Amino acid sequence: MSTYDRSMALTGQPPKQLSRNQKLATLLGFFGLAIILLAAFNVDFPNKGLWLTISLSAISVGTIWFSWDMYANKEPGIKNDGVWFKSISSQGFWGWMAGIALTGFYIILYFYPEYLGLVAKGDNKGVIGLFDPLSRALSGNPASQWFVYGTLYTVAILAFGIKFLWKYRHNRYERIRTISVMFFQTAFAFIIPELMARLNGSSVLNGGSLPYYDLKNMWPLNYYNFEGYRIKGFLSSGDIGFALLIFGIATVFIISPILTYKFGKRWYCSWVCGCGGLAETAGDSFRQLSDKTVKAWNIERWVVHSVVVFVTLMTTAVIYSYLGNDTSKYWLTKSTFLIGVAALLTTVFALVMIFKREQLQKDAKYGAIGYFVIIMALIGMHFLSGDGNVFLFKSETLRKSYSFLIGSIFSGVIGTGFYPVLGNRVWCRFGCPMAAILGFQQRLFSKFRITTNGGQCISCGNCSTYCEMGIDVRAYAQKGENIVRSSCVGCGICSAVCPRGVLKLENGPLKGRIDSNQVLLGNDVDLMNLVNQK
Amino acid sequence: MENIVIIGNGIAGISAARHIRKLSDKRIIIVSAETDYFFSRTALMYVYMGHMKFEHIQPYENWFWEKNRIELVRAYVNSVDTKNKQLLLDGSRALNYDKLIIATGSKPNKFGWPGQDSHGAQGLYSKQDLDLLEVNAPNKDVCKRAVIVGGGLIGIELAEMLRSRDIPVTFLVRESSFWNGVLPEGESQLINEHIKEHHIDLRLSTNLKEIKADENGKVKSVIIEETGEELSCNLVGLTAGVTPNIDFLKESGIELGRGVKVNRHLETNIKDVYAIGDCAEQHDAIGNRRPIEAVWYTGRMMGETVAQTICGNRLEYKPGHWFNSAKFLDIEYQTYGWVFGKKGRPDFEQHFHWRHSIDKVCVTVAFHKETQQFLGINTFGIRMRHEIFDRWLTEERSIDYVMEHLTDANFDPEFYKQYEGEITSKYNTDFGKNIKRKRKSLKRIFQMS
Repeated sequence: MSTYDRSMALTGQPPKQLSRNQKLATLLGFFGLAIILLAAFNVDFPNKGLWLTISLSAISVGTIWFSWDMYANKEPGIKNDGVWFKSISSQGFWGWMAGIALTGFYIILYFYPEYLGLVAKGDNKGVIGLFDPLSRALSGNPASQWFVYGTLYTVAILAFGIKFLWKYRHNRYERIRTISVMFFQTAFAFIIPELMARLNGSSVLNGGSLPYYDLKNMWPLNYYNFEGYRIKGFLSSGDIGFALLIFGIATVFIISPILTYKFGKRWYCSWVCGCGGLAETAGDSFRQLSDKTVKAWNIERWVVHSVVVFVTLMTTAVIYSYLGNDTSKYWLTKSTFLIGVAALLTTVFALVMIFKREQLQKDAKYGAIGYFVIIMALIGMHFLSGDGNVFLFKSETLRKSYSFLIGSIFSGVIGTGFYPVLGNRVWCRFGCPMAAILGFQQRLFSKFRITTNGGQCISCGNCSTYCEMGIDVRAYAQKGENIVRSSCVGCGICSAVCPRGVLKLENGPLKGRIDSNQVLLGNDVDLMNLVNQK
Repeated sequence: MENIVIIGNGIAGISAARHIRKLSDKRIIIVSAETDYFFSRTALMYVYMGHMKFEHIQPYENWFWEKNRIELVRAYVNSVDTKNKQLLLDGSRALNYDKLIIATGSKPNKFGWPGQDSHGAQGLYSKQDLDLLEVNAPNKDVCKRAVIVGGGLIGIELAEMLRSRDIPVTFLVRESSFWNGVLPEGESQLINEHIKEHHIDLRLSTNLKEIKADENGKVKSVIIEETGEELSCNLVGLTAGVTPNIDFLKESGIELGRGVKVNRHLETNIKDVYAIGDCAEQHDAIGNRRPIEAVWYTGRMMGETVAQTICGNRLEYKPGHWFNSAKFLDIEYQTYGWVFGKKGRPDFEQHFHWRHSIDKVCVTVAFHKETQQFLGINTFGIRMRHEIFDRWLTEERSIDYVMEHLTDANFDPEFYKQYEGEITSKYNTDFGKNIKRKRKSLKRIFQMS
């Protein structure tokens, strides 16, 4: 019987307690949150700009103070002491409380923004009203629930990013990666789109107005990027708008495949992406909670690839619905578009089946099923409707259900709300279609792998435990195999926590990358051959 | 169907079982008194430190064993009757075998110190030891001070564990510098300094004389041999090495030394009885290796080898080039080939040592004085690529070659500070050489041509 059992006893003393500094820091942070909470109950603060500044500063300073006390006076190195003894990070009472609070916040945010003080016509009240001054300073417009969310999100990534930088101060890969996500969140996700909104209606855009566009947010994560109203917005905004639309398409088909080929999907998932950014910073304390069982892996593959099929169909149907039939008006018509999509999918499918069949093994069957479903749906779309129906569903119904089920419930309520219960990458692992597509490229068309260092592995399990994507890293390492998994986001923590220097993230030659016959060094040559015989 | 019985579910026994299953349909039974399922012994420390739960240090999910038809029996083996090919379990049941593999590992050394069996004096080896430690040292209020006796790998791990719960630790080390029976002087010195950085009261050249217990038989203090000083404490960690765990074999007729004597095929003197892992003792040492090797990967390799033999392909145990690794608090240590400390260093072995002026990073390279052949490397705070050093050792490269290509061997995470330039230039200064370090080449590393 070990401590985590024993500490359940009422008389027992948990081995990890908060220090005085940590208690004060927590108090300060909660004071900041309390201001927001009071605003939610419509306490009308006199000087909103000042109180907002006080609140956000208190939250940030509280978080940073807490982490300073945790890490500053310790030697650089791995800081996982007591992780499984603390109730917040071991699915204990405080973990569940935090999970419930976060989930509640997301439900209000997505479905009941009026409780946050959103007023459609007239001045905002409550929390959203509190954020008005900041929003006006950036974009010139009043705040929305999304502005409130964006601000808190950025504050979380920055404050917890600093915590992460302290925690891993011995590890330059982690530091640089974290500075990168902090930068992309602050600049690309938060400030640039707000400033871009100032251009709307100006002569630079020919009087048009751009949709809100986080440039690093690609389709299909940004599943709405090619919806009718956005295309109109892009096309109304002169050369800049057109350039942005082209950029949006290029990110999917050109930029991301090239970068993924060279570096693996980590260039996006753990260096750039906002979802990844929050998971890696605010979610870092929960990475050990991901489920590592084979069962969870099976569920993951079915769910995440179904989402890819869903988003592909939904987007195709939506674009289809607003395209015309007349080639003289615009070259891209409903039928050209469908044929184009079908041709593209067929090309990808054929290339994979011809060149990468071996590496897919039995997954090839499932890939074929997914492909078949999409193609049938496309054919159905063409013959059954003029409005982009997929079987019996209207494209609009499809879009709305995707937005509700995947965009809101999965990525927000479950994906982030359940951090303290299911781990910090639930969305990225089970839900994100972007991650699945990049993962597919990473598995088959990439130089990236995690190299196992010969025979040094002692099967301790730190790598698997701290893998936020639930990959059983040890299962590969103890066999001397490289880790080439589509879900790996390249966060590098497995390599960091390894006590024996066994794992290295690297981009190397394609030959021998996925090598199930990897040998464990240390054995003599004959034995290696024998052990590798299947 | 042949009945294979394995005593011990550590890495050696489990590796044997897995590979026998890969190669055959034989019935496999594993007997263990320690735990229901295989776990990583080297990771026990992380459970106490709260990095992992016990279930995390079990490398296979629980369904694995049934799926692979490996039968697990939780029982203590009292004795082995080699005439009737029978084990006595828990003093009551009998278990028959056709072939027997002994893989019972080690137990902590106790050198007859007065009071060594008091409550609160314990080793750290088994799952039971870990559970006992939770009783003896759950926190700094129950355990106001701990004294650790024996400056080896387990000793420093135990010190790290206790420090993770803020328990004050006094660390008694017999040698004049930490682990200097194995490590060259500079490295040993670096670890001494690091131990003190972690607020561990390191006492070098210090022996334990006696453990004193209170009226309830609980540890209350220790007496130090050299000074006679009495240190009050609530835990005494006995970590002065391990010995093969083979007492139950005394009457069996199996030839025993310190461990179970085996030949190069891991066969004992009795037909159909094999011994592998920490408890096996080679008649003659293999190369520079010790006759008993209590190392994780040698256990694994012996398991793989004996599986071949049992499945009809009689094979010699032939470990490759020596390597190992450990972690001293925050400093990772790796070694490839042979680098000797003062003890046992051959006359022809010369060392090149480099240490960073601030960072806790150092490297020692051993080479042959006359032939300049590269013999081995120790690294602290730098990770090295096993495959590269294994290749260089096989190819019998010179130290100049190693220095020239050192960057190829680096295995640190991307963007880490590179020390190779500094290392090579110190080498040039020390030995009046003019080696130009080559840039990292993926072509050479992955042998693409």
